[in-house]
Parts: sequence; C-alpha cells; structure tokens
Amino acid sequence: MATLSRAASSAARRPALLPPRLLAARAMASSLFGHVEPAPKDPILGVTEAFLADPSPDKVNVGVGAYRDDNGQPVVLSCVREAERRIAGNLNMEYLPMGGSIKMIEESLKLAYGEDSGFIKDKRIAAVQALSGTGACRLFADFQKRFLPDSQIYIPTPTWSNHHNIWRDAQVPQKTFTYYHPESRGLDFSGLMNNIKNAPDGSFFLLHACAHNPTGVDPTEEQWREISHQFKVKKHFPFFDMAYQGFASGDPERDAKAIRIFLEDGHQIGCAQSYAKNMGLYGQRAGCLSILCEDEMQAVAVKSQLQQIARPMYSNPPVHGALVVSIILNDPELKSLWLKEVKGMADRIIGMRKALKENLEKLGSPLSWDHITNQIGMFCYSGMTPEQVDRLTNEYHIYMTRNGRISMAGVTTGNVACLANAIHEVTKPN
Amino acid sequence: MAPANVRTAQAPSADRRLRTLVRHLLPSSPRRAAAAAADTSATLESFPTMASQGSSVFAALAQAPEDPILGVTVAYNKDPSPVKVNLGVGAYRTEEGKPLVLNVVRRAEQMLINNPSRVKEYLPITGLAEFNKLSAKLIFGADSPAIQENRVTTVQCLSGTGSLRVGGEFLARHYHERTIYIPQPTWGNHPKVFTLSGLTVRSYRYYDPATRGLDFKGLLEDLSSAPSGSIVLLHACAHNPTGVDPTIDQWEQIRQLMRSKSLLPFFDSAYQGFASGSLDKDAQSVRMFVADGGELLMAQSYAKNMGLYGERVGALSIVCGSADVAVRVESQLKLVVRPMYSNPPLHGASIVATILRDSEMFNEWTLELKAMADRIISMRQQLFDALKSRGTPGDWSHIIKQIGMFTFTGLNSEQVAFMRQEYHIYMTSDGRISMAGLSMRTVPDLADAIHAVVTQLK
Repeated sequence: MATLSRAASSAARRPALLPPRLLAARAMASSLFGHVEPAPKDPILGVTEAFLADPSPDKVNVGVGAYRDDNGQPVVLSCVREAERRIAGNLNMEYLPMGGSIKMIEESLKLAYGEDSGFIKDKRIAAVQALSGTGACRLFADFQKRFLPDSQIYIPTPTWSNHHNIWRDAQVPQKTFTYYHPESRGLDFSGLMNNIKNAPDGSFFLLHACAHNPTGVDPTEEQWREISHQFKVKKHFPFFDMAYQGFASGDPERDAKAIRIFLEDGHQIGCAQSYAKNMGLYGQRAGCLSILCEDEMQAVAVKSQLQQIARPMYSNPPVHGALVVSIILNDPELKSLWLKEVKGMADRIIGMRKALKENLEKLGSPLSWDHITNQIGMFCYSGMTPEQVDRLTNEYHIYMTRNGRISMAGVTTGNVACLANAIHEVTKPN
Repeated sequence: MAPANVRTAQAPSADRRLRTLVRHLLPSSPRRAAAAAADTSATLESFPTMASQGSSVFAALAQAPEDPILGVTVAYNKDPSPVKVNLGVGAYRTEEGKPLVLNVVRRAEQMLINNPSRVKEYLPITGLAEFNKLSAKLIFGADSPAIQENRVTTVQCLSGTGSLRVGGEFLARHYHERTIYIPQPTWGNHPKVFTLSGLTVRSYRYYDPATRGLDFKGLLEDLSSAPSGSIVLLHACAHNPTGVDPTIDQWEQIRQLMRSKSLLPFFDSAYQGFASGSLDKDAQSVRMFVADGGELLMAQSYAKNMGLYGERVGALSIVCGSADVAVRVESQLKLVVRPMYSNPPLHGASIVATILRDSEMFNEWTLELKAMADRIISMRQQLFDALKSRGTPGDWSHIIKQIGMFTFTGLNSEQVAFMRQEYHIYMTSDGRISMAGLSMRTVPDLADAIHAVVTQLK
C-alpha cells in the first residue's frame, strides 16, 4: 500500500505528463476519495483571491464586504481594542453554556428589540449566541427543518449567495420572491407585494432588516408598514437577517426600524444578528439568533431545542468575541465610543457614495447614477453586466463580484476617481 | 392520534400543517408523551391558522431534555451545599479547584494584544493556514511522510465537536459507505454528531465491565464483521468515558484488521499530551496508521491540552492517497463549512499558532501539559490508595490502570444518584468521574462516598 501511494503521489506531481483519465485511475486506485470532484470556488471569496494574485500597483478591491478606512486598510475599532485589553490576562476560557454567553445575548436583544422592550422583560424571546450571521441563519434553518418539516423559505431575488447554501444544506426547500427592480435599480415593490399575497398562508420569508445585500435597496418605512400588514393578513413568518445594524444609516435604532414595525404589528419574528461589520469582529464569529415566542415557557422550550442543534455542530460557541461584545455593550463609555465609531464608518461610506456619483457625473456619463446614493449600506448594485465587470477587472484591475456589486467600503478618496473613470469607460454608450 | 375536536375546514396548507403538528405531538419520550397528553387539545386549538393573534408556529414544541453531560454542571451549580464536588464535565481544575489558563497561553494572549498590526479579518473558510500546518505536524509528526508528500488536508474547525461534524458531513456526501462504528461506550455527543451528519451509527464492543478493561476479543469480532469500507471511530488516546486504551500491540492488530477490510479510520484526538504527559506517545496510535500509507480522518482538539475550551479550537485533517486528491477533498470541505458558519473563529487559533511556531513557547507548553497530566495521575493514585485503606470491597485497580481525564468507576446509575443526593458529588449517570475535578482535599470525601455507596447499595 505504501508503494501505491508513492506512485500516486509522484504521478500527482507531474500532472502535465499523464492524460487525465490515467491520473484519475491511479488516484482512485490508492484513494477512497479519488472520485471527489473539485468544488467550484465561492463567488464572493474567490474575488479577493484573484485580487491578491494581481501584481498591478493600481488594483482596487471592491469585492468582499469588509470595511476599509480611507487608506484602504482594515480597521480594529478602539472600543474593541480596549475590550480586548480588559480580557487578556483576566478572564478564563471555560466553556460557555451551549446557548452561549447570557450577557452577550441580553445586550444583543436590547439592540434588536429595543432597550425597553416588553418582550425582553417578559422573557418571551428564545435566544442563543451564534457563529455570526451565517451561524444564526443556519441554526434557524435547521430548527425550521426539524419542527416545521413541510415548510419552505422564501428568499429575495437577489440575496447574499450563501443564503441559498444555508437553507439547502438544512434541507429546507427554497422559493424566491421578487425584490430588486433592475430598470430603476430600486425596489420592485408591487412585484414584492404580489409575491407576498400569492404565497401560501403561513409561509416563511427571509427579510434583510436593513442595507440589503447585495443591492443596497431597502423598503421605505411606509413600504415596510405595508409589507408587515400583508404579512399579518397572510400569517407569514418573518425571519430577519440583520447583518448591518448601525452600519447602514449610522444609527442602530434607525436601522432596526423594520423589525420594530413588525413587532408593533404583533408578529412573532425570528432574527439573525451579526457583529462582523458593525463591531468589526469579522473573524471572531460573533452573532445571535433570536425567536420571539408566545410566552416565557415557550421561549425556554425553543431555546432548549436550539441548543440541541448547536450541541452536535460545535457544542458551544466561541467565548472571545462574545466577551468583546458584552464588555463593550455593558459599559456606557465603551458603548458610546462604539456608537461613535459605527457612525464614523457609516458616514465614510455615505461620503464615498456621494463622491463616486459626483465623479461619474463630472465625467459626463449620460446614465443615471442616482442609485449610488439612493442605495444604503456597504454595497452598491451598480447595474453593470458581468461582461462590463470582466472588462473592469481585465483592463482596469478593479475587482468586484460579477453581479456588479461594489463594496463601497473598498472605495477611498484615493481611488474613487480611478474607479469612476473605469466605470464610465465600460458603461458609456458607443 | 386523531384530533377529533379540531376544525379542519381550512385551506389545504392549514390541513397539511395540522398533520405535521400532530406528527410532532406523537411522543418520542415519556416526558413528551406527558406534555402532549396534557396539552393536545389546547395546543391544537391555538394553532396559528385558527387563532387570530399571539400564537406561534412553534407552539407545540416541547422542551428538550437536559444534555446528559453539560446538565451535570447545571445541576451542580444549583446545589447550595458547601461541600459539593463537580466530577462531571471534563475541564481541568487546579489543586484549588480553579480553572487554569496556561501561562504560555497568557503570554500568547499578551503578544496578540500588543501587536498593533493585528486585524480581525475573516479567516479563509479553511481557517488560519499556519495553524493548520502546525496542527498537522503536531499530531502526525513533523517528519511525517504524508505531510511531506502533501497528502494531508487540514481545516481549522470548532474544537473536536466541529471537526467531527465537518468530517462526518464530508463522508456522508462523498464516501461510499454511510455507516460509522463507534465504541461502546463513547462520548455522549458522538452519536448525535454523526447522525446529524447523515451517517448511520452502529457500535462495536469496547469496554468490558467485568474487567473494567478492554474487551479486545469483542472489538476484533465486531470490526471483523463490519461491512468492508465502513467508517470506524477510534479514540486516539485516553478513551472517553472509560479511560481504557489498547496497548501498542493491540493497536497494531487493530490496524492490520482494519486495513485488510478497508475500514476507514476516523480518529478523535481530544487529549494529546494530556494522557501520558507526552505529545508523541499519545499520538502513537495515529502515527501507526499514517505510517502504513493508508487514509484516515483525524479530529483534533486543543480544548483540554491547551486549556482553550471556550475558544473552540480544533482541526480536521484528512490523510489522502495523493496530493491531488487532498486538494479536491479540501475544496469539498469548504462547501460543508461555508453554509454552516462561513469561516472559523480567529482568536483561539491565533493563540495556538503563536505557541506552536515558537520553540521556547512550545517547550513551556509541554512542561505545563505534563504538569496537568501528572496531577491527574497522582489523583488516580491517591484515590486508589484511599479506597484500599478503607477496605472498600471490590477491585479498584482500574482507577490507576485507566488513563486520561476520566475514570469509569463502575458505579451504576442508582449509585450515582445516591452520591449526588447524599454526598453532593456530581458525575455523569454512567459512573464516569473527571479526575481533573479532584484534589487532595476532596479525594477522601469521594473515597468515603464510594465506600458508602458500594457497601449500602448493591
């Protein structure tokens, strides 16, 4: 067996000299996994890989949604640095309970449901710490599969691509609902309302609470009220994915408006929260999943079942990010520092939207770029075609996902003119 | 269970969901049966499509039973007794009964804090690359031919649990055999992890209650009769919960049998260095299997041996037949991870990499690790001596023969409950005690309690 594997590995080192079928046959002879196909690259994360491999000094990365400062550098918030200083050397690393850090959950619920929320006081919310937004969505999807196995999830078109993967791996069937209106680069409100009305009563809907990813197109407050009303009529279940609270408008309360409208209307919602962007805790995987229940007893039951899903997945969630979040949100000074820093990030992005639009207008682009400043949050859905995006990458070394989504966080005063110029060049009518 | 008193004149979707709900109310446990029986009519009548407001689609949901292992600590925490002892969950405690953060971990923490250029960006889906390489070297040996031939793919996962789950999911999707054999008994979470991965779980004999040692004959028989290609879960060292490990000769026999039947080894290594005090010695079983050139899966945890419990640091390695296969396997592992949590947590892996890459810090770690292992070995000896000196009936030599954090006392669940109620000593109902929870002060109390329970309750 050792001889076989040596042969196979030396064959693998000289792929060019052997026809693929022979290579495959040799590999299979010595491997139980020889038949495994190479998986396609992740459409979003693959962009950064390509960017890193590009030697051009003028390259610009407006692909992945991670915040950059005006020098294009990643940022660790000051409130986070201070929280970490307090943790290091002082706190131990014992297992958290299966449901995660109680303190972190409490603070997260206040952010999402309101500081003085009656639901929190009445202990009606089942909540567990989750592995950022992804983990929160996945726990909910698995929970939905287990307890409502005949249900489906309605997902907006378009959405963050990983949403489809999450509910697929949870084996919950997916349907889509109309959301984006390409002609106006805004919301297809009538299409959306039709889909809501035509879905069977009691359907499950995934809603982006604010700063829709990838389009940046959010319903207005009025539109949210109509959506909520129609949800009541149809008895639909609203599941909110809130990955950008505070990051969209700069004001966390304002960014939670949609959720608050639904709560006022008496919906029992589910909510996935992430601290990846608004606290810059990306790699710490800090998030929270909550489900509003009828009463305290039901909340206890639901939480216990969510824990049963987490236990065979990772046993209990990571402690470090949870400590950072709870230290910051529990300390009035640190919390107010955080609010300032979040507003700073949101303001910079809003400023870059203005700058990009102005630059395009100055270049004399005949197209309308209003959507750049109408849209909100980290992303701008430019409306560019995949072919135009390819030209941006190949000719101008500008990297973004092929759906034309620009991460505004990657735009700086240093590169906005270049970016505008390149966009103008590939979009101007001939 | 016919909901005779429920109106069904609603839209078809309501009917369908009613039927689903009814299925969920069918009892799968006595507790659920009681709940269902008590609440059936009330619950069905408050079902959303019938009620107007304030009722939840999850209204019928029953509370889950307490986790058998983590539930012990929950119960312990609720106990007001000043003499209570927690021998439940396997987390190391000092002689003073306190959790321990290793000195070398504190140093690594400070280095990370003091580095102003450190950022918190997303790790790649497969985790921190340096951590992955160092972890593979740690378990397989720095000079492992499998590593040198690039046949190993390693992805950072959430401790042992996460590594097992990702490995299980990968096998359910890509391996031709969907059955995994787990030892009887095993860590309580193993069956659930693999079942939810999509595998069928079967068991092989392992523990012999008569000898409180290994049922080697039974083990060989059961693995011999497993269908060719089946997956076999192996505890690399310090078997949990029994503390009973095969000898090196027995491991060699297991290896030969498994390779002759093409049984796929899936190692769970949660205690490397913690069992004997030597990292290399505790990895011997694994390295034997790698040395024969064959394939295997390996779930590694740093929870105990680096005391990083809550940071959830671990790694899944798959040793493949060729480098080409390893590349493809890794790409498929990413597809399992991305819809589960996108990418693994940064902090713990950074600490591990900081320590493993620096030879001085690595050495300090091995010393601290040996000290923890030695304290546990000494607790074993003390408990054994205490029982002998009390003349407690029975053969207690298994306490010093078993290895690692746990001892399978041989107490039955009735005796365990008695220990809890009368002596406020907490352990899992299978009689497993965590030696790490003992100290010189509490050994006599435990010995007294065991003596009492063995002489009073048969």
